[in-house]
Amino acid sequence: MEMLLSGNEAIARGVYEYGGEFTSAYPGTPSTEILQTIARFFKDDVYAEWAINEKCALENTVGASYGGARSVAVMKHVGVNVAADPLMTLSYTGVGAGLILVSADDPSLHSSQNEQDNRCYGKFASIPVLEPSDSQEAKDFIENAFEISEKFDTPVLFRITTRISHSKGLVKIGERKTVEHDGFERNPKKYVMVPAHAAKRHEIIIERLENLKKFAEETPLNRIEWGDKKVGIITGSVAYQYAREAMPDASILKLGFGYPLPMKKIEEFASEVDRLFVVEELEPFYEEQILAAGIEVEGKKFFSNFLELNVTRVRNGFIEAGVLDGKPVKIENKQLLPRPPVLCAGCPHRGLMVALKKLKVYTTGDIGCYTLGALPPLEQIDTCLCMGASIGHAFGIEKAGKTEKKAVALLGDSTFLHSGITALASTVYNKGTTTTVIADNNITAMTGGQDHPGTSRTLMGEETHAIDLVQLCNALGVEHVRVVDPYDLEETTNVLKEEIDRDATSVVITNRPCMLFPRKIKDKPYTVNLELCTACGACFRVGCPAISGSEKKNDKGKPKSEIDPAMCTGCTICVQVCPVDAIVELEQE
Amino acid sequence: MKNGTTNILIVGVGGQGVLLASEILCEVAKIMGLDAKKSEVHGMSQRGGVVTSHIRFGKKVYSPLIPEKEADSILAFEIAEGLRWIDELKEGGTMIANSQRIVPPIVSTGKFDYPAEIEKRIKEKVPGAKIVNAFAIAKNLGNTRLVNTILLGVLSQSIDLEEKKWLEVIERMAPKNTGEINKKAFLEGRQQ
Ligand SMILES: Cc1ncc(C[n+]2csc(CCOP(=O)(O)OP(=O)(O)O)c2C)c(N)n1
Repeated sequence: MEMLLSGNEAIARGVYEYGGEFTSAYPGTPSTEILQTIARFFKDDVYAEWAINEKCALENTVGASYGGARSVAVMKHVGVNVAADPLMTLSYTGVGAGLILVSADDPSLHSSQNEQDNRCYGKFASIPVLEPSDSQEAKDFIENAFEISEKFDTPVLFRITTRISHSKGLVKIGERKTVEHDGFERNPKKYVMVPAHAAKRHEIIIERLENLKKFAEETPLNRIEWGDKKVGIITGSVAYQYAREAMPDASILKLGFGYPLPMKKIEEFASEVDRLFVVEELEPFYEEQILAAGIEVEGKKFFSNFLELNVTRVRNGFIEAGVLDGKPVKIENKQLLPRPPVLCAGCPHRGLMVALKKLKVYTTGDIGCYTLGALPPLEQIDTCLCMGASIGHAFGIEKAGKTEKKAVALLGDSTFLHSGITALASTVYNKGTTTTVIADNNITAMTGGQDHPGTSRTLMGEETHAIDLVQLCNALGVEHVRVVDPYDLEETTNVLKEEIDRDATSVVITNRPCMLFPRKIKDKPYTVNLELCTACGACFRVGCPAISGSEKKNDKGKPKSEIDPAMCTGCTICVQVCPVDAIVELEQE
Repeated sequence: MKNGTTNILIVGVGGQGVLLASEILCEVAKIMGLDAKKSEVHGMSQRGGVVTSHIRFGKKVYSPLIPEKEADSILAFEIAEGLRWIDELKEGGTMIANSQRIVPPIVSTGKFDYPAEIEKRIKEKVPGAKIVNAFAIAKNLGNTRLVNTILLGVLSQSIDLEEKKWLEVIERMAPKNTGEINKKAFLEGRQQ
C-alpha cells in the first residue's frame, strides 16, 4: 500500500516499522510532527515523550539504547547544540541497541534563529550521517540507520531539512519488524568515560571511522546514476531532487550516506566525467572534503551556501558554469505587502508587551511567541539569541554597569523549564537584581502547542505532575515572586514597576493560558463605538489582528478602528488603552 | 509542463484552509495513478503569515517545489496574494483568484497600504484570469470556511478527472460531518 506522507510522518512510520521502541524529543520546527505522529498512531508499540530539553532527550535516549531498546532522539538543528555535550562522548561509548539522532536543519530560516549545517556534527563527532532525499527514503533509511548503529556500535546522525520534513510524497508501507536485544549489562570500559577508558575508546573510534569509510564505498545508500559524462554531479538530501530535475541527462553520484564520504567511489566517478560539481545546501561539506582529497571539483562558486536551493537556483548555477544552455531565471523578491506574523488576537503576551513598553525598560528576550513582540508596532524585545539566554543577558547588562535603563528578562514557561532555571539560579547566586518575567501560557505555543513538565500532561496523553513555577523560583532563592493577570494592564504595570525597582532578584509570572492551545478560548467580542472613536490609533498600537482601520474617518482623514467579532476573544487590552472609552462589549441579538 | 509534470501553486493567508485544499489535490493525483509531491512551510503561518503550497503530479516528480515561473495554475485564496505570486505562472497558465481581501494589521498602523486596483493589475498581466467571489458564495452556503472547496471546484475545471472521483475524495477528506456541504461547495465552484 502507498500513503502520501510528509518526511516527518515517514520517519515516524519508519521508527515503527523497523522496531523502534523508545523516542524522546523537545519540540522544534521543522521536527515536531515526528513524535506527535508516533504518539498518535503507534503509541502501543513505540514509547514517545517530550523531554524538558534536547540534552535530556538525548541522554534519555542513550539510556534506553544502553538498556536494549532501539531508540531515537529528535530535535531541530539548534537543539543539537544543546545536546552536543552528551553527543560528543556518546560517540566514544557507542550504543546498546541501535540509536538514531534525528536533526532537522532549517535552510532559509523558515522558523529558526540560524542556518547551521548539522552535517558538520557528523565529522566533529566521528559518527555516520544519513541524508534522505524524500519521504520514501526518510522511512527506508531508518532501517539502515538502526542497522549501521548496531553493526558499527555508533550513534547515527539522521539529517533532514525543512523541505524533507514538510514535503509530502508517496511512501510504500510495510509491517512492523522487531529485533531482540538484552538489557543493560555492566561494561565500565565502554560505558564509564573516565580518561583512561575514554583514551582507549578514542582509538576504537578512529578505527570505526576507517570501517565506516569502507562501508560507504559499498553501501547502496550511495549510488551512481550514469548519464552523459560531460557533467558529473555529487549531491545528496533534497538537493539531489533539484539537481536531477535541473540536469536530467547528467551523471549523478547520489549520497545517502553523507559522512564519511566514499572517497574511492568519488575518485572513480570524477575520472569518468569531464567536469565535476557538488550541489549541496548550506556549507561546502562534501566539497571541502573532496578538495582535501586532491580531487578537482566545483560547487559553492555556483551554488551559494546562503538559503535553500531549488531547481531554478541549480539551473542558474549550471548556466553560469557554462554547462547548461539558456538564460538564468531571475528570482524575484515578492515584496508586495508584508504580512509579518503577529501575536494572535487575545494572546496573553500582548498585555505584557504593552505594560513593558509603558515602563520604558529594555527587554532581553528569548525564543517563543513573545519574540513576535520585537516586530512593529510593539517593538519591545531587544535581544534574542537562543533558548534561555534572556536571563543571562539582563544579568550581564546590569553587571556591565554602563546602561542607564533597566533590563528585564522575558521568557516563556517552556523556555524557562528548558534552560532558564539554571540561569535564574546563577543570577541569584551572583547577587543580580534583575527582574525575570515568565510569560506562562501553560503550553509550548510557538511550535504548535506541545505539553511540557509544567502542564500536567505527557505526550502520550497521561496525567502527570506539574511543576509549580512559584515554588520552583522560591527554591532557587528568589524571595520576590509575583503572579499577575496579563489581561489587567494596570495591575501588570504596577507589579512590574515595583519588582523592577526592587534591589533584589525578582520574578513576575503571568497566569493566562494560551488562547489557541490546548483549546481555543473565545469570550464575548467587543466593538468600536464610531461616534466616540477619535481615530487616535492607540488601539492599533497594541498590534491585534482583530483590529483594523474602518471606512469611517475623522476630520483629518485618519481611519477610525473596527473590530472583527469573529476574531476578537474579549481580552480587553484595547479597551484598557482606549483614552475615550469607545470600545464596548458587542450587544448580541 | 516539462516531463509531463503538472504544477499547481496555491497561495493565501494562514487560516484560510490552503493546506486542506492542497491535501485534497494530492489525493486526487494519487487516485489518477500519478506520482505526487507537495510542499509547504508550516511554522509562522498560523500567526497570519503568507501560506504557499506547491503541488506537483505526473509520471515521476523530483523536486517538491515548483521551479520559478513554471506553475500551470495558480489558485489564490486572497486577492493580494494572487497579485504577489502571479509572476510564477508560466505563459498561458491558468490564474484563479478569490476576490476576498485580508488586510494585515500592519496596514492600520499606517506603515503600509493595502495595494490598490488589484483585480485590474491581475487582468493586465493575465487577461484570462478568473476572479471569483468565493467568500460571498461560502456565506450564501452558510459557512465561510467553505472558501477552499469552492476554489477547488473552480480549479477542477482545468484538471482531467471525473466529477465523481473528486466528490469521493472530498467526502473522505473533509472535516467530520461536513462532507455534504463541502461537496455542495465544490459543485458551486465547478460551475463558476
Ligand atoms: C534549542 C531550541 N529548541 C527548540 C526551539 C524551538 N522553539 C522555538 S520557541 C519554543 C518554545 C516556546 O515556548 P514558550 O517559551 O513556552 O513560549 P510560547 O511560544 O508558549 O509563548 C521552541 C521549543 C528552539 N528555537 N531552540
